[in-house]
Amino acid sequence: MNALKLAVSAALLSLAAATAQAQTTLRIGLAEDPDILDPTLARTYVGRIVFASICDKLFDIDEHLAVVPQLALSHETSADGKAVTIKLRPNVTFQDGEKFDAEAAKFSLERHMTMTGSFRKPELAAVDHVEVVDPLTIRLVLKVPFAPLIAQLTDRAGMMVSPKAAKAEGDKFGLHPVCAGPYKFVERVAQDRIVVEKYAGYWNAKNVFIDRIIYLPIVDATVRLANLKSGGLDLIERLLATDIKAVRADSNLRLASALELGYQGMDINVGNGDAAKDPLGQSAKVRQALSLAIDRKALTQVVFNGEFVPGNQWVSPENPYYQKDFPVQARDVEKAKALLKEAGVTGRVSVDFMVPSGAETQAVAEVIQAMAADVGIDMKIRVTEFATSLKQAEAGQYQAFLLAWSGRTDPDGNLYIFDKCKAPQDYPGYCNPEVDKLLDESRIPSDPSERKAIYTKLTKILLEDDPKLYLYHRRILIAHTARLEGYKQMPDGLVRVVGLTLK
Amino acid sequence: MVDAAQVEPLLDLVTIESPAMRVWRRLSRRRAPVFGLIVIGLFVLFAVLAPLIAPYDPIAQSWSLVRKPPSLVHLFGTDDVGRDILSRVVYGTRASLFAGFISVSIALSIGVPLGLTAGYCGGFVDALLSRMTDAMLACPFIILAIALAAFLGPSLSNAMIAIGVTTTPIFLRLTRGQVMQVKVEEYIEAARVVGNPSWRIALVHIFPNIFPAILVQATLSIATAIIAEAALSFLGLGQQPPYPSWGSMLNSAQRFLSNAPWMAVWPGLAIFLSVLSFNLIGDGLRDALDPRER
Amino acid sequence: MLKFVGKRLLQLIPTLFFVSVLIFSLQQLLPGDPALVMAGEERDPQVIEQIRKQYRLDQPLPLQYVYWVKGVFSGNLGESMRVKEPVLNLILEKLPVTIQLASMAIIIALTIGISTGVVAAVKKNTVWDYAANVFALWGISTPNFWLGIMLIFLFSVQLGWLPASGYVRLRDNWEASITATILPAFVLGNAIAAVLMRHTRSAMLQVLESDYVRTARAKGLLERRIIVRHALSNALTPIITLSALEFGTLLSGAVLTEQIFTIPGFGKLVVDAVFNRDYAVVQGVVLVTATTFIILNLLADIAYHLVNPRLRA
Repeated sequence: MNALKLAVSAALLSLAAATAQAQTTLRIGLAEDPDILDPTLARTYVGRIVFASICDKLFDIDEHLAVVPQLALSHETSADGKAVTIKLRPNVTFQDGEKFDAEAAKFSLERHMTMTGSFRKPELAAVDHVEVVDPLTIRLVLKVPFAPLIAQLTDRAGMMVSPKAAKAEGDKFGLHPVCAGPYKFVERVAQDRIVVEKYAGYWNAKNVFIDRIIYLPIVDATVRLANLKSGGLDLIERLLATDIKAVRADSNLRLASALELGYQGMDINVGNGDAAKDPLGQSAKVRQALSLAIDRKALTQVVFNGEFVPGNQWVSPENPYYQKDFPVQARDVEKAKALLKEAGVTGRVSVDFMVPSGAETQAVAEVIQAMAADVGIDMKIRVTEFATSLKQAEAGQYQAFLLAWSGRTDPDGNLYIFDKCKAPQDYPGYCNPEVDKLLDESRIPSDPSERKAIYTKLTKILLEDDPKLYLYHRRILIAHTARLEGYKQMPDGLVRVVGLTLK
Repeated sequence: MVDAAQVEPLLDLVTIESPAMRVWRRLSRRRAPVFGLIVIGLFVLFAVLAPLIAPYDPIAQSWSLVRKPPSLVHLFGTDDVGRDILSRVVYGTRASLFAGFISVSIALSIGVPLGLTAGYCGGFVDALLSRMTDAMLACPFIILAIALAAFLGPSLSNAMIAIGVTTTPIFLRLTRGQVMQVKVEEYIEAARVVGNPSWRIALVHIFPNIFPAILVQATLSIATAIIAEAALSFLGLGQQPPYPSWGSMLNSAQRFLSNAPWMAVWPGLAIFLSVLSFNLIGDGLRDALDPRER
Repeated sequence: MLKFVGKRLLQLIPTLFFVSVLIFSLQQLLPGDPALVMAGEERDPQVIEQIRKQYRLDQPLPLQYVYWVKGVFSGNLGESMRVKEPVLNLILEKLPVTIQLASMAIIIALTIGISTGVVAAVKKNTVWDYAANVFALWGISTPNFWLGIMLIFLFSVQLGWLPASGYVRLRDNWEASITATILPAFVLGNAIAAVLMRHTRSAMLQVLESDYVRTARAKGLLERRIIVRHALSNALTPIITLSALEFGTLLSGAVLTEQIFTIPGFGKLVVDAVFNRDYAVVQGVVLVTATTFIILNLLADIAYHLVNPRLRA
């Protein structure tokens, strides 16, 4: 009998050992090394990809950009728009075992709003204070009605941190973050790897099948793809549009994509310093001429093999807020030349064209230069590295500036800080009181169709003034091994890890 | 007694070489430097006669001919916006050769006079200059070049200045070392005794004797300057688009390695050949100037 | 001898001072505002102000320099603005990686350099000399970033023999570690091989044509014995000292090579920090590598003096 018991326990032990050995690891290739892993202090796009596995948020979005529950179950805005009541999910614990309740949620939000160095302050600027209604309900009291608030809570501003860990570590929390997501932080070697491991106490643990995830920053896109092809990685972000064909041709790889929330465009200096005193900056007609000179379809065809989508508004044509009455215009060289004549331009127009460095942006700039030359506008390309370009954009030391915006779930996030007079990203120096009024108005109604009506008026003015030419919208391009199943790409670019299996 | 009438007919049989001729004779005897000279000569020809040699306009885009492989119409293929690569390589010769020569000229014009001063004057001036040179040489060259180029602003000329300034310490140190070796020679002592002012000694007596070593280093530095320009352009800090430079062509080629490898091959080959040639010439010069060579 | 060492040690001080001033001012001269770069996509002015205060960016430059130097003397090299890790930690993390890469590169360089140098010297002015010359010169004539990309394309994408990028720590898995670093080490080593080849060749030639060797030949010793025992061992000294110097150069960062192969060493750390305007990181790392380079230089000089009695006078 003893021998049998021994044999059985030996068998069970080896079975346990075998299953323990069969740990699944998902290796994800990132395009950059993330900055600090603290939701309050983080600022990079790529950091949000890592957060998707470590830190859950109050709400999340689905592929139609609708708000869905995550750590919170529901939200309700009061009639005057100044109070938002949020019901939280019960039985949720942080990765250190602490309970997630209204006090913890209040702590996290207040940390975002008040901590020194917090990058979330502008996002939650409309919130006056947070009240605990009961252990599973909080109420955010706002200074003014602010419709985009819920959308902010689907991103870093809505990420919940463990109060115990945050209080203990202070601003060093990012070196060992403790949140309530499906994976807990294990280790990080700067510029080398970030390792996270499945958290058994996750509220949705039954849908988490992969044991470990390793994030590896690999800057060069060609090398990233080479790693994926050779099996060194299982998933990569920011695949180059020109590599899509190679991925489709490889039977071991799959492509997942979604149209981005942001846009690629060109800022025109219309009021920021002396550089704005050129024909392009002074006359809306000249700007419209430039816009008409650009064949957006050909641009995406030449540089991106036609995989990206031409655009003319701050949201993509697939976004519910897109104004269908103002479609993307085709190239019209004659009309452009006529507009230039109307504006009183004689001879050729010379434009100082600042282009942030990057092989793809350079190609885009070169194509635009060739197109603009056909109507008499000479864009003089100046490739500037990123940090310098920011400074010069702020100081108005440019006449045209090629830029990209990663996009926010709420259209206000693509608009307000750019087009409001003297807003932080109003590099063009654009000031139109009518636009400012409409922007403020658009934040009040919680009904999307009401907001859309206000945006219609805004679109008309912005497309006439053209302080910013919208060019195209990129696709979020993720390539992964065929062994990974269940992966779906959302427009915000995040790599969501719940529900994925790796064979 | 030998008189002129007896010597004159003999002079026809004996050739007295000037030093320059001797160097040239030694240099042209060996195959490697000759190869280098021919290649550089060809590149100079390309640079000067580019409009006549290049089959197409190097900045003319052709959106239906994007990334076409080498063919009879486009011998080197086309790039990512449809420009002819052969034409761009030919025109790119200008940027690269210019970068090589100008940066080294800058380094020479600052480094050699300073080195002469340090070597000849000695004392505190020498100590100061030497410590500053040591400091510059201890910092990674590429970081200094990037920082300087970023500071001056992205353009080919600024890249040349950046490379020139960061190459200066090498010439300073070399010149100083050579001067220190030469200044203890007797003919310098003699010149001083006779009453020559220091600047005259430096220029007329010292400089011609250290010139060979400097020439060799200059040739080799042109080679490194060409690579440095390619590196800076590769990082976006050099020649501005749409004008071609071999380094920026490599930058655009990087994302198309598997789709269009010809975009990377030709500019890389051009850099390789030009740098190799300058190295061969430099090596050949060093051997030719070596007094032990026959 | 002692006087010589003492004098050189004293010279370290002004040199290091100039290094610190050089690297500090270069950072500050760079256009662009680190607070802007660090400020996140929304670039809220309040946040920017707060960053400026936190990192003392609003203070006058000389004062910032003093703060930095004070910190260095107390062992605090500052903090990376980007990841909030102390610079010293980052350096200690990257040091083994860079040392491994540099060591492998030097070994490759020595192997290629010495062997081609010996061949070129012994078979001087023949086709072998010419071929060895070109082979070693190939190393410094190809831009290393291009060579790296081409090698990745050949060995990783087409043949699949070696990983395209990434790094595995030696103690984790020494085989994987070697395979991951062999390509970048080769790219780096190639360039140095040429320099070593030239020096081996000229040093060997010097010895081979000396009276000393002529005597040995007259005595009837085997040619190979002469080459190896007498010529090579004499030529080795300058080669060793040169290798030490090149090792120092490698430590400062095979910047582009690390970028392409994604090796998390010093080079990548510094160049990323330059573009991100992460001042403390650039200053700290360059100071450490420059100091190492200067010290290695000093040691090489001392060694050279020790070995070469003619210079001792």
